[in-house]
Amino acid sequence: MPKKSYRQAINEALRQEMRRDPNIIVLGEDVAGGQGGSGEVGGVGGVFGVTGGLYKEFGPTRVLDTPISESAIVGAASGAAITGLRPVAEIMFVDFVGVCFDQIYNQAAKFRYMFGGKARTPMVIRTMIGAGFRGGAQHSQTLHPLFTMVPGLKVVMPSNAYDAKGLLIEAIRDDDPVIFMESKTLYDTEAEVPDEAYRIPFAEANVLREGKDLTLVAFGPMVPRTLALAETLAKDGINAEVIDPRTTSPLDEDTIIESVEKTGRLVLVDESPPRCSLAADVAAIIADKAFDALKAPIKTVTCPHTPVPFAPNLEDEYMPNPRRIEAAVRAVMKWD
Amino acid sequence: MQMSREELIRAYRRMFTIRAFEERVEKEFSGGNIPGFAHVYLGQEASGVGVCHDLTDEDYIGSTHRGHGHCIAKGCDVKGMMIEIFGKAGGLCGGKGGSMHIADFSKGMLGANAIVGGSPPIAVGAALTQKYRKTGKVAVAFSGDGASNQGTTFEALNMAVVLGAPAIFAFENNGYGEHTAATYSVGGGSIAERAHAFGMPAEVVDGSDFFAVRDAMGRALERGRSGEGPYALEIRCSRFLGHFIGDPQAYRTPEELAQARANDPLPRFRKGVTEAGLMDHAALDAIEKDVLREIEEAVDAAHAAPLPDIKSLERDVYVRY
Repeated sequence: MPKKSYRQAINEALRQEMRRDPNIIVLGEDVAGGQGGSGEVGGVGGVFGVTGGLYKEFGPTRVLDTPISESAIVGAASGAAITGLRPVAEIMFVDFVGVCFDQIYNQAAKFRYMFGGKARTPMVIRTMIGAGFRGGAQHSQTLHPLFTMVPGLKVVMPSNAYDAKGLLIEAIRDDDPVIFMESKTLYDTEAEVPDEAYRIPFAEANVLREGKDLTLVAFGPMVPRTLALAETLAKDGINAEVIDPRTTSPLDEDTIIESVEKTGRLVLVDESPPRCSLAADVAAIIADKAFDALKAPIKTVTCPHTPVPFAPNLEDEYMPNPRRIEAAVRAVMKWD
Repeated sequence: MQMSREELIRAYRRMFTIRAFEERVEKEFSGGNIPGFAHVYLGQEASGVGVCHDLTDEDYIGSTHRGHGHCIAKGCDVKGMMIEIFGKAGGLCGGKGGSMHIADFSKGMLGANAIVGGSPPIAVGAALTQKYRKTGKVAVAFSGDGASNQGTTFEALNMAVVLGAPAIFAFENNGYGEHTAATYSVGGGSIAERAHAFGMPAEVVDGSDFFAVRDAMGRALERGRSGEGPYALEIRCSRFLGHFIGDPQAYRTPEELAQARANDPLPRFRKGVTEAGLMDHAALDAIEKDVLREIEEAVDAAHAAPLPDIKSLERDVYVRY
C-alpha cells in the first residue's frame, strides 16, 4: 500500500469527494490563494498547502477564497448547507474560532433541534490544532473540549494519515456539522493510505496496541507520542493498551470501558488545559461507569492551566511529554 | 410596478394577518398563555410584506428575533406559528423553537434568529447556493438597525460583494435597537451608506409605504436574479410597541409614539387603493373579517394543542449520532 503524508491524505479525501459529489464546495482564507494578485492564482492551497491543487482541478466556483472573515465563512457554509450544498469550510487555526463561534454553536449546531428536526446542515469545518509549532499563544491551541460540549456538533481528531482520509470522507458524507481538527505537527507524518476512497465510522475508537497492565487513552496529536512511549515501557515489562478515540463527539465509551475492565488502570493524555478537558471528561465517565474495575486512581496528563508559551523550552514542557506521561503510568502501576 | 387585484388582496391580507396575529399574541402573552418573551412586529407590516411580496418558496429569507411578521409575509402557516409560540406539540418547530426560532424551510423561511446579526452570514450562504446552481433565486437577510452595528453584518456585506452572491440585505431601521435609539448607536447615521460603501447598490425606503418597499425590492430582485450581486435596503419604519411585550417605553415620548401610529402602514394602504379605485372598503373589510376568523382558529388550536411529548427532549439534535 502506498505511503502518504497526513497532508496528502486530507488533500486526497477532498479531491476524491469533490469528484464524486458536485455539491461539495471548499471555502476559506487562501484555500486557493493568489486571488487578485499579479501572479498565479491557486498556488497556495492553504497556509500549509493542504488544499493545494484543488483550485486548478475544480476552479473558482467550487474552491472559494474568502476575505479574512471567519463569521461570514462559517455562516456562508451553514447557509449553503441548509439550502442543499455540502460545504467544507476552513478556519485556518482553531484559535480563530473566537471571532466566529456564534455562527458555530448558536447557529449551525442548533438548526436541527431548534427548528424541530427540519434542518439538515451537512458541513465540515476543517481547522488546525496543537502546540509544538512555536506559534505562540494565538496559533497553538487545542480547543476540542470547547466543541465537544456543544450539542449538535460532531468532533473529529485524526491522529494519523490513514485515519485522516477515512474520517474526512466520513465527515463530508455526514449530514450534521462536523469539526475536523487537523494536528499541524502531524502534517508530514506518513502512513499507508489506500488510493481508493474509504470511510471510518465515527464513535469507533482505534485500539492501537493491546495490553493488560493499564489503559492509555490519547487524543489527536498526543496519540503518536503516547504509542511510542507504550512501546518503550513494554521493554520494561509494562504492557499498556493504547486507545485513540478518533472522535470526541460522539465518543466510543464502550471500548474504553471494556479496556479499563480488563486492565484496571487508566491514564489519559490530552493536549488541553486540565479543567474541562477530554481527559477530565473521560475520567468522570469511567469513575461513573467502571468504578468497580479500577485498581488505581485515574491519572490525567494535560497541559498546565496557562496559555501556550512561545519559548521552545517552555512550550515543550507545556505539552504532555513522554517524561510526564511515564510518571503518570508509573504512579498508577504502584497500585494493585 | 402594476399589481393585479389578486396581488393587492394577498398583500393586504398578509399585512392585516400580521397585525391581527401580533395583537393577539400581545393579548395572549399578557394573559399568561405564552411562555418566555415575545417581540412583536406591529407597525412594520409593510416592510416584511413588501420585501416578500415577489419572492417564491424557492427564494430564502433569514429573519430576526422580531420575526413573526417575516414568517407570515413568507407564507408560513399561522396556526403552526401560534402553536409554536405557545410551546406546544404541532407547532412549526414542534415546540422546540418558540417565538424567536420559527422556521419553515418548505416556505424558504430559514429561521427567525435571536442573535442580532445572526442571519446575514447565513443568507450569504443561501445566496451562494443559488449562484452555484444558477437558479436565479435570491436570499434575503432581514436585520435591524441594531444588527447594522454587528461585525458579522459587515463581514456578510463584504463577502456577498466579493463572492457576487445574490443576497439582499433588508435592514429594517425601526429607530431602536432594544431600548437604544439608532440616532445614538448607528455612527454616521445611514445604514444604506454603510452598505453602499461595501460596494453594492443601497437605498433608503419609506417602510410605512408597502408600494415603495415592494418597488425597491423589485430593483433588488432584478439585480439578484440576473446574477449581478447583492443589494441593500434601509427600510425606515416604526415599532408601535417596545422591544418586547410589556416594555413601558419611557425612552419614547408620547408624541413620538403617536407619530408612529399616525404612519400606520395599513390605513395608508387602504387609503391608497380605495382612492385609486383599485379596491373598495367592503373588499378590505371582508379580508379583515376572514383573517380575524383565521387567527381565532389558530389561537383555539394553540390552546387545545398538547404539550410536546417529553420523549422529544433528546430527539433531533443530530440527523444521526
